[in-house]
Amino acid sequence: MASGCLFRGNAAWKAALAAEAAGDVDVERVLIQLQDETGEVLGSPFDVPLDISPEKLQLVCNALLQKEEPVPYLFFVKDAEVVSSLGSCVQELGLETEQVLPVVYQPQAVFRVRAVARCTSSLEGHTEAVTSVAFSPTGKYLASGSGDTTVRFWDLSTETPHHTARGHTHWVLSIAWSPDGKKLASGCKNSQIFLWDPITRSQIGKTLMGHMKWITWLCWEPLHLNPECRYLASTSKDCSIRIWDTVLGRCDKILTGHTQSVTCVKWGGDGLLYTSSQDRTVKVWRAKDGVQCRTLQGHAHWVNTLALSTDYVLRTGAFEPATATINPQDLTGSLEEIKEKALKRYNSVRGEGHERLVSGSDDFTMFLWNPAEEKKPVARLTGHQALVNEVLFSPDTRLIASASFDKSIKIWDGKTGKYLTSLRSHVGPVYQVAWSADSRLLVSGSSDSTLKVWDIKKGKLNADLPGHADEIFAVDWSPDGQRVASGGKDKCLRMQVTQHYFISTHTHTMPPGRNTWHVLSSFPL
Amino acid sequence: MPQNEHIELHRKRHGYRLDHHERKRKKESREVHERSHKARKMIGLKAKLYHKQRHAEKIQMKKTIKMHEQRKSKQKDDDKTPEGAVPAYLLDREGQSRAKVLSNMIKQKRKEKAGKWEVPLPKVRAQGETEVLKVIRTGKRQKKAWKRMVTKVCFVGDGFTRKPPKYERFIRPMGLRFKKAHVTHPELKATFCLPILGVKKNPSSSLYTTLGVITKGTVIEVNVSELGLVTQGGKVIWGKYAQVMNNPENDGCINAVLLV
Repeated sequence: MASGCLFRGNAAWKAALAAEAAGDVDVERVLIQLQDETGEVLGSPFDVPLDISPEKLQLVCNALLQKEEPVPYLFFVKDAEVVSSLGSCVQELGLETEQVLPVVYQPQAVFRVRAVARCTSSLEGHTEAVTSVAFSPTGKYLASGSGDTTVRFWDLSTETPHHTARGHTHWVLSIAWSPDGKKLASGCKNSQIFLWDPITRSQIGKTLMGHMKWITWLCWEPLHLNPECRYLASTSKDCSIRIWDTVLGRCDKILTGHTQSVTCVKWGGDGLLYTSSQDRTVKVWRAKDGVQCRTLQGHAHWVNTLALSTDYVLRTGAFEPATATINPQDLTGSLEEIKEKALKRYNSVRGEGHERLVSGSDDFTMFLWNPAEEKKPVARLTGHQALVNEVLFSPDTRLIASASFDKSIKIWDGKTGKYLTSLRSHVGPVYQVAWSADSRLLVSGSSDSTLKVWDIKKGKLNADLPGHADEIFAVDWSPDGQRVASGGKDKCLRMQVTQHYFISTHTHTMPPGRNTWHVLSSFPL
Repeated sequence: MPQNEHIELHRKRHGYRLDHHERKRKKESREVHERSHKARKMIGLKAKLYHKQRHAEKIQMKKTIKMHEQRKSKQKDDDKTPEGAVPAYLLDREGQSRAKVLSNMIKQKRKEKAGKWEVPLPKVRAQGETEVLKVIRTGKRQKKAWKRMVTKVCFVGDGFTRKPPKYERFIRPMGLRFKKAHVTHPELKATFCLPILGVKKNPSSSLYTTLGVITKGTVIEVNVSELGLVTQGGKVIWGKYAQVMNNPENDGCINAVLLV
């Protein structure tokens, strides 16, 4: 089969299949039934030769689904991936070829990020350790907060400093971009929150004061709930969570209930707020009225971090990473359009069920919860030998990565919490991880001053990115998959540029003004 | 220089001259000028000696002035932000500096060599010989009393074979031999049943240590490969010390606390 051509309509591919089948008559044939992940069947069972390869299965699938753009797929027979041919898979599992074989297909991201360790640059400017790094949702701006009390904005096209935002009086501990990319909130150790505008280089509104002790985490309200990006949630060591109205510059609600420092807050897409604390509980609150819905108990020590399955889509809002260009642009369109887009993307990622929540703790384990429905955890993820510092869902919500102080990163299944693989290579505690936008690569920064890029499909190290002189405190991958930024104790920020391109079988016809990557190639690369 | 107090005596009796204080003041203020005149005009050896002495004096003066300028009490400098910025997830944790880790390792090695540990039960009641060992009488007329039987729980290694019974001095009954201990991890508060590797030290006597007698307060070595502990270098730890907390001969089991 010519893998470079696109099939339209059933007749064409049936003919091709028949032609191919006529070629090898003596190969066994088997009946397969294509199903998607939720169990819905696609078409009726049909006959294929046993030595069919995944590429051909993909063409069949694309034709059946009648997609305009061919989407790459992975195929699984009873949880075992079809790698070389269907026959070898069947032989390994020892299945009968008499019955209809269910084959589950999983769509992969259409674009692919390949880590190429070139064009790295070191951005100096901070006079103290860099504590946090964040790309804006569209990938246009990069902001970094540090111990020298400043927040610096960096120009990504020239990789030079853009401007420095001064105003804090103590270390900047956490920063958060609003989902529309127009505001940046930063919290410091003196319990103050500042809002900055990256374009006009100035502070927006008043300083938000009210917490008693230092700010541990900041989180904005998702775009599809409020396109103006008005509300911001902040948590602090003083055991309370405050919801601020950034337009009026005052505190809207104070949520109390935790008995020890609150370590993390996530604003879910359904209007629920999830908070984790050192008092070993995770609490679920209703954002509208600030009422506590549920307390999730089970951990034996401090709960350090939370991750929502829809984290990536809530962070990027209305920005679609597949449409990313080399020069990132701001979001265009009216508030209504933006809200529509964000809502559509959110619903497609969330799927049928509710959001899932993973909490990582000092008791070396993590819990997978379904917080909107029940109090009991779905699964307990054990295996780490030291405290878990960060957990993150992959952007396609299928995998969970956990970084721990025992120098390893473990990958778990995103739906059931089953353990998949361990990534070991660091020699110091792993502090932070970041997923690439297509969920195929993972970058991790640790206290041994190296950044490592892992290939999830192979479960192995892809590239080692040395260059930092001291511990790495913060790592971020831009939402469009183009760059990786990392900062740490050596006071400088390092940026690596990665390639990001479409897998397509013919070029797009785009107006000459826009700069897009075109790759004329066949899958896989 | 006056050799007696006649000047003071006169002053007491008759008081000062009327212009005394004025003249004193003016003389003192002229002294500075005279000194400088002398310093400029002096020549020869005399000058050398004088200048040397004057230099030493000036150094001392400068030191005292600087000392006076420095404040005795340190005041809080509000503008300076402290060093050592860390991200929020590291704030509540005491990060050990690398130098401290090395010195801790050395200290621990030294302590092990000396045989001193920080144990949960530092003081235990010492058990006398009559308590631990029972006299066994042997011989045709049951008069010989050189054999002893251990009445407490003991541990013998894997490859243990008794000495020929005629020559055995210490009898360790099979019923009192234990291979496993219930070990509690003090921080995780979980108990595991781990095989014993050996008896490290019995606080009552070194004789009991060699025999393998386990009483309350004994430090034993247990096989912790089950727990999955890993060293800093990535090697799996498979032996750790634990201290026995109960009287095993009364309870029938050995309960110990892991020494972390």
